[in-house]
Amino acid sequence: MTMARLHGRMALVTGGLRGIGLAIATRLASEGAAVTISDLDAPDSAAVAQALAALGSDAAYLRADVTSEADWASIAAQMEAKGACHILVNNAGTDLTGAVESLSLDAWRKIMAINVDGVFLGTRALVPLMARSGADVAGGASIINVSSIMGLVGYSEVSAYNASKGAVRLFTKGIAVEFAQKRMPIRANSLHPGFVRTPLLNAGFQRWVDKGFAEKPEDLVAAMEAATPNGRLAEPEELAGPAAFLASADASYMTGAELVIDGGWTAQ
Amino acid sequence: MSRRLEGKVALVTGGTSGIGAGAVRRLAAEGAKVVFTGSRAELGEALAQEVGGRFASHRVEDAGAWPGLIESVLAEHGRLDIAFANAGTEQGDANIEDVTIEGWSKIVGINQTGVMLTVQHAIRAMARNQGATGSIIINSSMNAARPLGNYVTYSTTKAAVVALAKSAAVYCGQKRYRIRVNAILPGVVETDLIRAIMESQPDPAAVRAIYEGMAPMNRMAQVEEVAGLVAYLASDEASFISGAELTIDGATTAGMMGV
Repeated sequence: MTMARLHGRMALVTGGLRGIGLAIATRLASEGAAVTISDLDAPDSAAVAQALAALGSDAAYLRADVTSEADWASIAAQMEAKGACHILVNNAGTDLTGAVESLSLDAWRKIMAINVDGVFLGTRALVPLMARSGADVAGGASIINVSSIMGLVGYSEVSAYNASKGAVRLFTKGIAVEFAQKRMPIRANSLHPGFVRTPLLNAGFQRWVDKGFAEKPEDLVAAMEAATPNGRLAEPEELAGPAAFLASADASYMTGAELVIDGGWTAQ
Repeated sequence: MSRRLEGKVALVTGGTSGIGAGAVRRLAAEGAKVVFTGSRAELGEALAQEVGGRFASHRVEDAGAWPGLIESVLAEHGRLDIAFANAGTEQGDANIEDVTIEGWSKIVGINQTGVMLTVQHAIRAMARNQGATGSIIINSSMNAARPLGNYVTYSTTKAAVVALAKSAAVYCGQKRYRIRVNAILPGVVETDLIRAIMESQPDPAAVRAIYEGMAPMNRMAQVEEVAGLVAYLASDEASFISGAELTIDGATTAGMMGV
């Protein structure tokens, strides 16, 4: 099955070097979009070379910190130079776990900076260009903010991540209503993945093992699979189909919506 | 149009007009073999001819007729992969103080019991597929989340089927069926029914403006836009989406309705 719904569109995916971000970037590229990815790695790193090779000749990499206004100004200038931005995937994120009384204010501020400030700054930086670009494509421009099922329901010792992803959920609804009322051709929706097999999940599970919550990461994976009605974790590619759908003209009336991709986890 | 539903067999209830007919056209265009139901045979036969599908005269609330309908699908195509539980009505509805037991019961029968029967029989058929695969989509409404004062039964049934979708999704997971069940919650869709309502008013343009103004996007959804979401959920593209409610309302329920 090959589709080319995104031919001629320009996309930016933050946190695009691995996990969900890379899977989404790969999918957007395979449907014809010219994809720019950003991440923290040095431009000459092996991960960048590998990602760009997978994304095709239209792809580009920008080293950028989503918490930095200056970096976002630079990204916006480079997308302006390319002439358009039709798709923005605010994917970069981090996690933080621990009992609430044990969390430092610095750690709290850091996760908020990446998960919440990053989404705000990215949106703010690219909305003027996206408003112009969106007028030229069926269904308009599309902002896809990667929240989480942890932005819908609470989880013990995940409160800071819960708060950050909940903020992304309602920020998305706020801008969706705002753009629609102002007749700006930009749609905004949030993705709410459940547990996805990614480097971030592996690292998080390893930290839980280090804290003594489990003997080995595989035990935590098995526990998460058992807690998911569909009986398994998601693969990153299963987040890419929903993102490509939201980016395409097929989702032209969808804005302010949340797409939950969790194998039934929050339905139970 | 991509052919991502090639080889799949779909059943659409209430497929002779509106969102149902839009879904029939879209699923067929993407390669699915489509059987659809309804009570208006003339419309049904014309659409069947148009898309190369089959129309079956059937009422969703008729429990006794369900086994025969499913058997006819399996006899014709050997399997069922997609079910769109779409048939619904608001005829005879009223506010909580005035609604009659007849009106209430009729709407509950179609919108709630009819959807339950659709999902039940679809799961039984899909469980026979190798790997017990399938995708079931329930047409709820944004009024599940924002009930209407003058449509108590409609609002109640549309909320009920969201819970039904989640219960069925969790059940299928527990059984290790790879059958996904999801609900869609459309805003106001410009169907023939809505057009007829607008045109029957003394000032159709004013009524149109009210409908359009409900959504921050300031327009109604087109049938094709809802059909696009149905086709997406029906496809393997949505492989990890189950038990979800998907809003398609131009940001209507993202904020305060009509504000």
